[in-house]
Amino acid sequence: MTTKISLQAVSKSYGAHIVLHGVTLDIEEGSVVTLIGPSGSGKSTLLRCINLLEPIDDGEIYLDGEDISVPGLDANPVRRRIGMVFQNFNLFPHMSVMENIILSPTRTLGVPKATARLKAMELLERFALADKADSYPDQLSGGQQQRVAIVRALAIEPEVLLLDEITSSLDPELVGEVLDVVRELKASGMTLILATHEMGFARDTSDVVCVLDGGHIIEQGPPSQVFTAPKSERAQQFLQSIINSGRL
Amino acid sequence: MVTTTSRRAVYEQKRKRRSIAVATVSSLIVVTAIVLLVPRMPRWDRVRQSFFNGERFRDSFPRLLDAFILDVKIFAWSAPLILILAMMIAMARNSRSPALFPVRALTIAYTDIMRGVPIILWIYLIGFGVPGLGLDRPWNSPLLWGSVALVLTYASYVAEVFRAGIESVHESQRAAARSLGLSNWQTMRFVVIPQAVRRVVPPLMNDLVSLQKDVALVSLIGPIEILRQAGIDKAKFANFTPYIGAAVIFLCITIPLTRTTDYMMERERRRTTGTRVR
Repeated sequence: MTTKISLQAVSKSYGAHIVLHGVTLDIEEGSVVTLIGPSGSGKSTLLRCINLLEPIDDGEIYLDGEDISVPGLDANPVRRRIGMVFQNFNLFPHMSVMENIILSPTRTLGVPKATARLKAMELLERFALADKADSYPDQLSGGQQQRVAIVRALAIEPEVLLLDEITSSLDPELVGEVLDVVRELKASGMTLILATHEMGFARDTSDVVCVLDGGHIIEQGPPSQVFTAPKSERAQQFLQSIINSGRL
Repeated sequence: MVTTTSRRAVYEQKRKRRSIAVATVSSLIVVTAIVLLVPRMPRWDRVRQSFFNGERFRDSFPRLLDAFILDVKIFAWSAPLILILAMMIAMARNSRSPALFPVRALTIAYTDIMRGVPIILWIYLIGFGVPGLGLDRPWNSPLLWGSVALVLTYASYVAEVFRAGIESVHESQRAAARSLGLSNWQTMRFVVIPQAVRRVVPPLMNDLVSLQKDVALVSLIGPIEILRQAGIDKAKFANFTPYIGAAVIFLCITIPLTRTTDYMMERERRRTTGTRVR
């Protein structure tokens, strides 16, 4: 196993509010790492930092052993290796599904339009969206939009995919179709880092589960251990509250 | 279920009939009052002779229409330049690079100064001032520098409209574009600007309607466009009817434009906020 992404004492604050307190975490190539924890615990911020959407204040982030958190580094080539999918889909509403998908390949990678369309069509077929290629985002259901957003991120052939609470704004009956896509990505061997509130999914699909609280990773390990025998008291409380609310 | 909808339908119909009746009666009262009262004013006959003279109207109307072509021309070459310059100002003002701070400061100063002085003053200052530098023909034409004054002032107004549009595009759209590896410029070009422009089309139309009228201000520094032609006719016959003719011609252009703008605003409102609360 080789380490794909390595976080070393990553810290981030907004003004006086510290969001990440020296987070250290190694992510193996081809593994699925799930970040769980209460709202505001720093899950989303951690993902945004890995994607270099937020500059970190202290610590380092390594991708394949290369420091990508050097201040002033051109972030665009890094972002093409690390895809990201957001809670609210963030599809571009003025573009069709196809245009959304081929925008980055044609503009940043210089892929010819015809080739990009062909590849986009393959991806759409793989995720049962081929008939939606010419639709606009607001003509699709939430689940379809989120699957398109995943396809859009995959179109630049990233090595790692960051999934930021991608089922949190979906109707309950649409969550399943999106999680199926994530399972398929795992099966294809992609490195995935996801922040989620879907505890059952986290338990069944992840290789490593991290419990975040107040910007610290308070518990980390395989799901069997984290969900059944958490060591820290705070993690026990968090998991107990989830079990009590019937979400696990 | 059937009874509730029909009960609602009966109520709605009654309400509609009532509001049509109220609107008709009130309009009739107002129109009758004007028609009956205005001619009773002591000097109505004099006013009618000097403002609503049919003969003068027919005589001056073709000349006014001819002169109006110049207004249309000024509008036609100013409007595209305004849009281009305004977009450049808005984008400069929206740039985020620290290196571009002087550019941002400059655009803020520019919009403040241009919008803070009446347009008519800029037309005088630029229209008389620049040719006064002793430029040779054709570079001393008041028509040219009057248009330049219009472009410079209107660009500052329109730039603010574009800026509002750019700022209305949610930050998450930029995040999505950047996460796909698009550069800052590509994010603006392909994601932010197209959405921003779509949103500001109605206010933009408003500014274009105003521009169509303000073109007449250029007449104050010389060119014989419709307003000046009306003034010449007025002086020649000591009669104000040509001004009414000019107003009619302006209305023929501005009313359809304004109606279209309202229609587009209504459509945009329906698209974005759904149903109206009663």
